[in-house]
Amino acid sequence: MKRQSLLLAGAAGLCLAMPLSAQADTSDKSIALSNNYAGNSWRQAMLTSWETVTGPAVENGIVAAADAFTTAENQVTEQAAQIQNLILQGYDAIVINAASPTGLNGAVREACDAGIVVVSFDGVVTEPCAWRIAVDFHQMGSDQIAYLAERLPDGGNLLEIRGLAGVFVDDEISAGIHAGVEEHPQFEIAGSVHGDWAQDVSQRAVAGILPSLPEIVGVVTQGGDGYGAAQAFAATDREMPIIVMGNRHDELTWWKEQKDANGYETMSVSIAPGVSTLAFWVAQQVLDGAEVPKDLTVPFLRIDQDNLEENLANTQEGGVANVEYTLEDAQDVIAEAQ
Amino acid sequence: MSLRPSVDAMRLVVPTLALTALLAAVFWLQPRAMSYMGLNLLFNLAVPIALATLAQMFILAVNNLDLSIGAFVSFAACVSATFLQSTPLIGVLILLAAIAAYAAIGAVIHLRNLPSIVVTLGMSFVWTGLAVLLLPAPGGSPPDWARSLMTTKPPLVPMAIVASVIIALIAHLIVTRSSLGVLIRGVGGNERSVERAGWSVLWAKTAAYALAGTFAVAAGIALVGLTTSADANIALRYTLLSIAGVILGGGEFVGGRVSPVGAVIGALTLTLAASFLSFMRISPDWQIGAQGAILIIVLALRLFLNRLERQEGRA
Repeated sequence: MKRQSLLLAGAAGLCLAMPLSAQADTSDKSIALSNNYAGNSWRQAMLTSWETVTGPAVENGIVAAADAFTTAENQVTEQAAQIQNLILQGYDAIVINAASPTGLNGAVREACDAGIVVVSFDGVVTEPCAWRIAVDFHQMGSDQIAYLAERLPDGGNLLEIRGLAGVFVDDEISAGIHAGVEEHPQFEIAGSVHGDWAQDVSQRAVAGILPSLPEIVGVVTQGGDGYGAAQAFAATDREMPIIVMGNRHDELTWWKEQKDANGYETMSVSIAPGVSTLAFWVAQQVLDGAEVPKDLTVPFLRIDQDNLEENLANTQEGGVANVEYTLEDAQDVIAEAQ
Repeated sequence: MSLRPSVDAMRLVVPTLALTALLAAVFWLQPRAMSYMGLNLLFNLAVPIALATLAQMFILAVNNLDLSIGAFVSFAACVSATFLQSTPLIGVLILLAAIAAYAAIGAVIHLRNLPSIVVTLGMSFVWTGLAVLLLPAPGGSPPDWARSLMTTKPPLVPMAIVASVIIALIAHLIVTRSSLGVLIRGVGGNERSVERAGWSVLWAKTAAYALAGTFAVAAGIALVGLTTSADANIALRYTLLSIAGVILGGGEFVGGRVSPVGAVIGALTLTLAASFLSFMRISPDWQIGAQGAILIIVLALRLFLNRLERQEGRA
């Protein structure tokens, strides 16, 4: 009897060990990155991060190959053809930053049918067989109000700088901001301008609306517009409000100057271009046989008063603060979603 | 007169050679492509391009040029992904109206003697605008029959090849075997003599534009069947691809000299060229340039053959 149970225990132990031994064996698997666009600093940083992380991963034998492919014209049909070529090339997983949320579904379906793992990030695809690493832009908006509520318990008037009109991201962040204001009724959005995620546009837009506004205590932004807003405020005799930054180099530099000069305090939040590396590790985990939910959320890269210097030092001039993810980060994100 | 068939055949030699050479190179680089699934993956996105190329061919046949094909195919794709799927009757009506509009454009261009490039360029904005109205954000879903048509798995030969052959055959019959086809090519060859012979040039041009519209609508439906959704910019590349496809396939900008079979081969060649470059691991920055280089090589070959042809004619 005792012996039998021992045997059983041993068998159970073996069963438990099985998935472990099956894991960590993606050394003969290859992963491809299908990217639709490389024409701005964010995308360039994204591709650089991919190389920085996947290079050593290939060298250490974690995967056999991790090649990046970018389409030349940012067109759906072109990327669909590219994905079909990647299927033919025999990749085991394809990581996609998609030109359209739905336009690639046919090609993604082909890939899934061929037994290929498809992980989409940033520009995600809706095809159910693919994994999605999406950005919670709504929360990015509401987090800003939550931070301001902490700093300014009495509330006051806010200025909202929006992004490019008509783009889904702009609507989402703005909806998040408005939801945050509803939750913290001590704030009121006194004015709203479109800054198109660009410093020069934001500066002009803010300078234009400022004379008509009451006292502003905080500026909520979408990234790429904080520095322009600061310049517009500096040109008046108004007191500098708390401007939420978006991790751009010029924004962080300005914040650092102000911090050194008069102890200016704010926070900065955006998505790190290194999210491509998170997608890489998620694909590796799926190939590894790990249970991964189809919908994952990208953690924000948030910079606060105390880690400003460190992040600024790591940010290239003209670039965006970045972080490259590790296998452990990916496992954390997966665990969180489960 | 006895030279005629050989000239037609000669026109097809270069595109066929180019396609065969590229195909051999792709098979050599990627043996996996040499299979049922492989061929389908290589060529299925070429089917809508081939249809768009044929549409462009009908316009080129009457010495005009259509810069709105890409926008129009996008529009047709948007209609297919929305109305044609949800309320087929209205969808069909919209598409028929669009074809009628295409025919009307052809008539207006002829009657008012307008430059087709300018009119179609203007129309491209109209089509894009309508497409954006229909689908402001990417989305929609294909009619079931379109999806199953584009994903059928016929025995032995993959859908992409079967479809290309059928499309080429239909267009070939229209252009070379029907009186309308002869009339259209005649208008391209010598408008005035066709008119003097008592034919209506207006009718020929209107019909050419209507045929172009029909093939472009088919391209839109095929595209949606493949991608499973549409957006307003989905086929913008098709304008230039279609022109390149016709020329690559042995057609000419003027003179009513067009070859439907060549046009389909041209479209397949262009699609294959992109895959070839991607298998070669050529960096995307260079890919457009390399694609252009392939085009230039093929066209240079054709010029060379044309010269041979002329020398033969003289001899």
